[in-house]
Amino acid sequence: MDSILLQILNGLDKGSAYALIALGLTLIFGTLGVVNFAHGAIFMLGAFCAVTLSKVLQLSFVTIDETKKDFLGNPLKVETPYVEAWFGPEIGASIIDWAVPLSILLAIPVMIALGLLMERGLIKHFYKREHADQILVTFGLAIVLQEIVKYYFGANPIQTPPPDALLGVANLGAWFGLDLPYPIWRIVYFCFAALIIFAVFAFLQFTTFGMVVRAGMADRETVGLLGINIDRRFTIMFAIAACVAGLAGVMYAPINPPNYHMGMDFLVLSFVVVVVGGMGSLPGAVLAGFLLGILESFASTTWATTTIPGINQIIIYLVAIIVLLTRPRGLMGRKGVMEE
Amino acid sequence: MSKSNFTRRGVLKTGTVAGAGLALPTIFTAQSAAAFTNEPTGGTVTLGFNVPQTGPYADEGNDELLAQQLAVEHLNGMGDGGCLNTFTSKALKGNGILGKKVEFVTGDTQTKSDAARASAKSMIEKDGAVMINGGSSSGVAVAVQGLCQEAGVIFMAGLTHSNDTTGKDRKKNGFRHFFNAYMSAAALAPVLAKEMGTDRRAYHLTADYTWGWTQQESIQAATEAMGWDTVTNVMTPLASTDFSSYIAPILNSGADTLVLNHYGGNMINSLTNAVQFGLLDKQVNGKDFKIIVPLYSELMAAGAGENIKGVLGSMNYNWQLQNEGSAAFVKSFGEKYGKPPSNSAQTCYAQVLLYADAVERAGTFNPCGVVEALEGFEFDGLGNGPTLYRAEDHQCFKDVLVVRGAENPTNQYDTLEIVEVTPAAQVSYEPNHPMFGGDDASLGECNPGA
Amino acid sequence: MLGLNKKDSTLLIVVAVLTLFAPFILNPFPADSALAQFNAGYPDLMQRFVVFGIFAIGFNILFGLTGYLSFGHAAFLGIGSYAAVWVFKLFTYNVVPAVILAVIIASIFALAMGYVSLRRSGIYFSILTLAFAQMMFALAYSVLSNPKFNLTNGETGLQVYADDPQMFHRAGLPDLPHLFGLSMRATYDLDIGAWSFSFNAGYYLCAVVMMVVFYLSIRIFRSPFGMMLRAIKSNQTRLNYTGLSPRPYALAAFVISGAYAGLAGGLMAAMDPLAGAERMQWTASGEVVLMTILGGTGTLIGPVLGAGFIKYFENIFSKINDAVLHQWFAFLPDGMEDFVVFIIHPFVGKGWHLTLGILFMLVVIFLPGGLVEGGQRLGKWIKSRGKSEETDKAKIEPAE
Repeated sequence: MDSILLQILNGLDKGSAYALIALGLTLIFGTLGVVNFAHGAIFMLGAFCAVTLSKVLQLSFVTIDETKKDFLGNPLKVETPYVEAWFGPEIGASIIDWAVPLSILLAIPVMIALGLLMERGLIKHFYKREHADQILVTFGLAIVLQEIVKYYFGANPIQTPPPDALLGVANLGAWFGLDLPYPIWRIVYFCFAALIIFAVFAFLQFTTFGMVVRAGMADRETVGLLGINIDRRFTIMFAIAACVAGLAGVMYAPINPPNYHMGMDFLVLSFVVVVVGGMGSLPGAVLAGFLLGILESFASTTWATTTIPGINQIIIYLVAIIVLLTRPRGLMGRKGVMEE
Repeated sequence: MSKSNFTRRGVLKTGTVAGAGLALPTIFTAQSAAAFTNEPTGGTVTLGFNVPQTGPYADEGNDELLAQQLAVEHLNGMGDGGCLNTFTSKALKGNGILGKKVEFVTGDTQTKSDAARASAKSMIEKDGAVMINGGSSSGVAVAVQGLCQEAGVIFMAGLTHSNDTTGKDRKKNGFRHFFNAYMSAAALAPVLAKEMGTDRRAYHLTADYTWGWTQQESIQAATEAMGWDTVTNVMTPLASTDFSSYIAPILNSGADTLVLNHYGGNMINSLTNAVQFGLLDKQVNGKDFKIIVPLYSELMAAGAGENIKGVLGSMNYNWQLQNEGSAAFVKSFGEKYGKPPSNSAQTCYAQVLLYADAVERAGTFNPCGVVEALEGFEFDGLGNGPTLYRAEDHQCFKDVLVVRGAENPTNQYDTLEIVEVTPAAQVSYEPNHPMFGGDDASLGECNPGA
Repeated sequence: MLGLNKKDSTLLIVVAVLTLFAPFILNPFPADSALAQFNAGYPDLMQRFVVFGIFAIGFNILFGLTGYLSFGHAAFLGIGSYAAVWVFKLFTYNVVPAVILAVIIASIFALAMGYVSLRRSGIYFSILTLAFAQMMFALAYSVLSNPKFNLTNGETGLQVYADDPQMFHRAGLPDLPHLFGLSMRATYDLDIGAWSFSFNAGYYLCAVVMMVVFYLSIRIFRSPFGMMLRAIKSNQTRLNYTGLSPRPYALAAFVISGAYAGLAGGLMAAMDPLAGAERMQWTASGEVVLMTILGGTGTLIGPVLGAGFIKYFENIFSKINDAVLHQWFAFLPDGMEDFVVFIIHPFVGKGWHLTLGILFMLVVIFLPGGLVEGGQRLGKWIKSRGKSEETDKAKIEPAE
């Protein structure tokens, strides 16, 4: 019982990353009709926002401590972060400690700027082009972005720990007499994902802007004929989608240390998630994200792998095939989106 | 299968030279003037450095490349000479190899056996490399070793830890300085017994591919021999990035020790996840929960950050090792690049010097001469202490380091501390050990190509 | 000629000449010069050019004509390689049976995968093919290489061992893939002055095969069957209304392109008897998509150009290291030299991915039709320049 609940919890936690990326991808598909292969790279850049901020906060000046030696036998250089020098060691240390949550503040403007730049500078010119061209150009962009990150940060993963207060394990089931220890940061991540998903849906559902965008997704031409500048709104939606992926990346950094190719690792999976959810359906993307997360979690249990060897390697793809063969447009897909 | 062995063995026994030139009209063997593949004729000799430059192991490859460049400098008599001064064989004079200036070409393995073979072939076919050195995975090492055997050049393996490289896939033209999974297990077991007792229950997470399997098999055999139980062994896909669903079940499994048979990014993430789940703070069966990472590297330690504190593992070499050769190498490397060398860097550096020295002693670049000079070669002064290149399987036998993540590192380079230097005798095994292909494994014939 | 119209015949002849003289064309620089780094005329890379050319030609029959974007074609390449290496292991090093079997097995897999995947269209089809291929990759990499049932030899790659049966192998034959005794590695080096050219048996085998399949692809493009495939791309609904089911045609195209991929895989194993699982990964499938788009989707020669372009970068740019750069720019004053090397450094050697990414973007932004369009524009520009000169002359003449 406990272990089943644990796997469900784990699936939800895995699924939240999938759901957030898939949500962003679907926003772009649904509004602009563009296949964005650079979406994984945006996720990766988000994680590197966290890395950058924690590095910047730890920028240090050097004093030489004659009493100690470094590996070559020269006097040891002691580094003190500027932040600690400015705000005093205690406040400085806690600012550094909270670098990851603080990077959200950095990531939002950066991601919105990046989204606008990408859409206006590049994607805009590809609306009328074939999907194949969109794939090629965004794939090229993804490579360029990740190579730039690799150039500055190296290929090795960079550990970006969460604040000390959120380190460690919480026993979620204690109230119900269950034993469900789970890392606090992963619970935070799940709640954060739920919040973002809720915010995006609320934005689309309850604001005028969101209403227009939804109308535009359903019938772009008619909305345009009504004298509404739908293109500008779609541009903003692109920025929002980039922001969602970026924030997903920021918060993911403490879960697994970011490296330059983490975006590519997620890209294929999130495409599968989007398609299983159904093209153009936002609830579908979220649902499929969590569903595949849970299935993946269960497939990796010893019970599953001993029953069917290798099931953990193929489960996502197997599910994708079964879903697509039984439901032509994924779980909640709309007719006519990306089917030509 | 044994029946048909006969024909094939027969072919080999007839002594016909294996290789491309066989049974061809002479017009196709224009190089027949040369005695062996890529015989250097001018005033220079070209070595090929095949390391991962893209993909997840790019940083490791870069480190290997730096070390190889340093080795070339030392061979050509530039810089401070590094280990040439401490090497017990004095054949190398700092005037290149056999008086020829050493040049090198580089290639990108991408940590894929296909790409690695392509770049090795390009270095052999286009640039005339007489030796291929480097690499950072066993799959690549075995694939490139096979290629070098066919092409008739020497292969000096870089970082490859699978038993197979000098086990069932051993080749006459291939040599491995790095240690292997069996040695890791043999070196770790006594330390584990001493530190953790002999009644532990181990839970294995194993990367689901050849290296992971040999690693797991070796560790399980060694730990069970000293009285440990193996609770279970769970295979994880190589492509996994999040190991939480594999870590979570450990909490209730009754195991008190976790063995992570992972390498590189897999290990960094699985260890990070294990620490996230608070495994190291737990008490099971009245004992503190422990994590073991059989194969460590500096980059993995850097990637895993704080999480490695107190985690035991093994290494081929560590720059903190105190001996003459190590000091000379660390000084030379550190002064040039501003950081201490990693253990893969040391292996690649040593391999270049060993190759050059063997050529010098053999008096020829002919791979068969080099093989003869390296087989059974005993040396010291390259950083690992006294070492033997065993003739039967071309595996180096030397001390193995057991290391632990330091509790209080003073800088980013001493995150690992040496717990014990396990003497070579303790990690030795018979060449026909069942984990190394048993009696069937054979080096075959040396192939000079052309 | 051979049932082709004049334009296609010219194209075929051009391709034939280019492939036959590739050892000369790809080695334009003297062997010892600094620019020799850019020479691509060594056996391995030439073989790769044509093998991936075949792969891309086949992929284009599916994608270029029907518009079905498969993200799983690398699986057939891998299956072809595995089949070929198994023939080497069990029977003989002769490449003919190996390659034939590679094509057959790959076609069977393509038939099965295509039959299922073609039930859906658009991106749903793409994801289905991706899912199948990724499953095959995962199985080949780990599950199917377990010691009890070792079909693929996992990470190391399937290779021929000395104790394999090789029933029809006999003394006197090369211990490497061969064509009735002619080793695929056999190379004749021709030195003319400072230049050196390699003529490799394996390359010429691949080149001949490529010309044959290139010819076949021209015939398919020009046939009624090809028209039908184009109809699927341009308007499937209309095709349905005319009472024709597009599926058998699409399936035929899928199987043909799968067979091409299997052929490429078989030849790849014949050139180098090792089959690695990585060649089945989605990145490998993506690579052939990129090759096709980069070269020019739906054009005859485009995919071959795209394949050459990407393989050239992978093999040539990745080998340029700082030492080479310093050698090139040694003529500059020291400070300048370091500066230039510093500028170029991020784009070569370990940075070759970056250059490739930038070129992808540049090509697709400025040349919507891929490299072929670039060629056409260049051709037009040269023509129009010639013409404008003529018209200039024409204008001037009356004045005289």
